[in-house]
Amino acid sequence: MNFEAIKSIYLFEMARTRRTLMQSVISPVVSTSLYFIVFGAAIGSRIQEVDGVPYGAFIAPGLIMLTLLNQCIGNGSFGIYFPKFTGTIYEILSAPISVVEIVIGYVGAAATKGLLIGTIILATASLFVDISIAHPFLMVLFFVLTAVSFSLFGFMIGIWAKDFEQLNVIPMLVIPPLVFLGGSFYSIDMLPPFWQTVSHFNPVLYLVSGFRWSFYEIADVNPLISLGIVVVFLAACLSITAWIFKTGYKLKN
Amino acid sequence: MAPIVSIQNLTKSYASGFQALKGVSLDIEEGEILALLGPNGAGKTTMISIICGIVMPSGGRVTVAGHDVVKDFRATREIIGLVPQELTLDAFETVFNTVAFSRGLHGKKPDPAMIERILRDLSLWDKKDTMLRQLSGGMRRRVLIAKALSYEPKVLFLDEPTAGVDVALRKDMWQLVERLRASGVTIILTTHYIEEAEEIADRIGVINKGEILLVEEKAALMQKLGRKTLTVELAEPVAVVPETLAPFNLRIGSEGRTLIYDYETSGERTGITGLLSAIAQEGFRLKDVSTQQSTLEDIFVELVGEAK
Repeated sequence: MNFEAIKSIYLFEMARTRRTLMQSVISPVVSTSLYFIVFGAAIGSRIQEVDGVPYGAFIAPGLIMLTLLNQCIGNGSFGIYFPKFTGTIYEILSAPISVVEIVIGYVGAAATKGLLIGTIILATASLFVDISIAHPFLMVLFFVLTAVSFSLFGFMIGIWAKDFEQLNVIPMLVIPPLVFLGGSFYSIDMLPPFWQTVSHFNPVLYLVSGFRWSFYEIADVNPLISLGIVVVFLAACLSITAWIFKTGYKLKN
Repeated sequence: MAPIVSIQNLTKSYASGFQALKGVSLDIEEGEILALLGPNGAGKTTMISIICGIVMPSGGRVTVAGHDVVKDFRATREIIGLVPQELTLDAFETVFNTVAFSRGLHGKKPDPAMIERILRDLSLWDKKDTMLRQLSGGMRRRVLIAKALSYEPKVLFLDEPTAGVDVALRKDMWQLVERLRASGVTIILTTHYIEEAEEIADRIGVINKGEILLVEEKAALMQKLGRKTLTVELAEPVAVVPETLAPFNLRIGSEGRTLIYDYETSGERTGITGLLSAIAQEGFRLKDVSTQQSTLEDIFVELVGEAK
């Protein structure tokens, strides 16, 4: 194992976070605060409780997930896309470093950043509403598994993307609908039966539901199924990444 | 001694069907400087990219210090340094950090003293905290070299190190190559400047359209360069070379209007005096006499031209 190389890539990526501190940390905090003001205060004053949990507190896990997903995909994709774009990828490809090490370096840094910002959002949320965490261990497990899976997912987008438009298309067009329709701001019980069925095909529903269960013990689907879905997603991302490097897809001619 | 780099029947075809390498075989000895000459698109960069792991070969095999570059990539990439042709650098990194990053990537423990030495050697030390995007082209080139030297490679590939570099810097670069060789580093450089190959290489290889046309010691090539031709232009054309001129092995050119004589400048006697007096005795009237010396450039153009 080339630990020095993993460390180098990881620290390089974390240094990028420091350089872009403003957009990395402050903007998610501002946008989350806006969500709390609009959804929590304005709408929340009309919807009193969902399954016995105050509305403001109910949406907190969904908001953390929304930010976590966006951050992990954004960082994971940009981290590998940028060297590809500038050409500095040559150095990664010609270094004595294996696929696993490259992935640990990039995905580890993207996940770390996502977790950092997720934690900041959690802290921000607790300023607005009362948050209780019923199952801290499970909460951390969901948190970390989601961060790693979606950083890996972002990493794949970064390799696949040919230009900046492609780099942005999935984070901008695919993720928000999945998050908004995945029960982040409501319980899917509130939906008509047809849309409840549709929602079950949305992987984000399982993430949000499982994550929320670790806070308040309320869920749209069985938390074990949620955990299973996250693990399956992670495994799928890992196998696709392995295939990418094995074939050199979009990395090596 | 076994060659440090051994390329056997290497081929590369791209998805578009373009064949960049058509069965290249080449051995590179430890400690030598090999210059690869070739026009644009000859396959120089493709070959280097395969050895360094950036491009996958379609066929054939490359070993570096006895290790296969695909199967045993860790062992080979640890000792290979690469200075790419394009000035690709992270815009927002500092000089020192980017060099330290390269060292880490190659699994070497941080060594700030060593990086300082390299940067001083390349006159970059006063720029160590400068962002890379603020550097001039020549400095970026030196940063790329510093990055490659940071992990102490045993085999160094320089892909057109002096393309777009001014004369003074080019001379510095040649001195650096000389110092590296003195420390035991094997150097493979590609160039399309023939004088560069002449100046610093031990051996010269010519590559065109994915094929190696020639690999020779520079000294042997220089001997070919030492050969001159004397062209005698006649007032009246001749059909055959007269018997008396047979010992000179003359060739007839321009439909009998010229007699061409090859001779070596390094020899004791060039035979020119004898030839001219023999021509005079035959009663030929001379219109003009000229001599030409072949250069590496001629050999190169001839080889590349033939391949077309």
